[in-house]
Amino acid sequence: MGEEMEVGCARPTGGPVGESVQGEPVKEATTTKETIRMIQVGKKAPDFVAPAYQQGKFISVKLSEYLGKWVLLCFYPGDFTFV
Amino acid sequence: MSIDSIFVHKMWNDNELSKMVKGGVPFPMLSDAGGRVGKIFGIFDEDAGVETRGRFIIDPEGVVQGYEVLTPPVGRNISESFRQVQAFQHVRNSKGKEATPSGWKPGKLTLKPGPDLVGKVWEVWKTDMAFD
Repeated sequence: MGEEMEVGCARPTGGPVGESVQGEPVKEATTTKETIRMIQVGKKAPDFVAPAYQQGKFISVKLSEYLGKWVLLCFYPGDFTFV
Repeated sequence: MSIDSIFVHKMWNDNELSKMVKGGVPFPMLSDAGGRVGKIFGIFDEDAGVETRGRFIIDPEGVVQGYEVLTPPVGRNISESFRQVQAFQHVRNSKGKEATPSGWKPGKLTLKPGPDLVGKVWEVWKTDMAFD
């Protein structure tokens, strides 16, 4: 899963892929304020692509490449943050 | 997945995590600069500028079956995450005919919802079973 990628000095970034299913930052007509909404169980997870480190390699991971498998997606505050 | 770069992920894995887990972290350590992915999953803390401890179970169709979100100081229970995945897999294998009551683990009693079970759960399932 995930293709190896070349890295340079720029910090690689990822982001949402395609049209948002749920929780797309809602743009209000008069402001550009983003609203964070929780996604819903029973609904499709929004697809995304993200750079990753795995077993000595830098790779690019796309959530939809894991269709057919069970996925545990875990977020955490930061590396070296103890817990 | 955190807001750290893949370079920091490498340093954390190589210098600390690989001392806790032989061979280092086996799964991809994802980088989410600016919390762009965390925002669409609803777990990004705008004030602190970091992801909270969000954990999502996503099935083979890409459907979110469950999630849990904790604030930073309290760690997760991995056994409970695995138990939930096993329960969702069991329900899926039964084509939705079975449901797993509170405290279910593999090998334990499941419930088969239907007309005969209405009002009769107390006869087949005891509250002790939620705790053993």
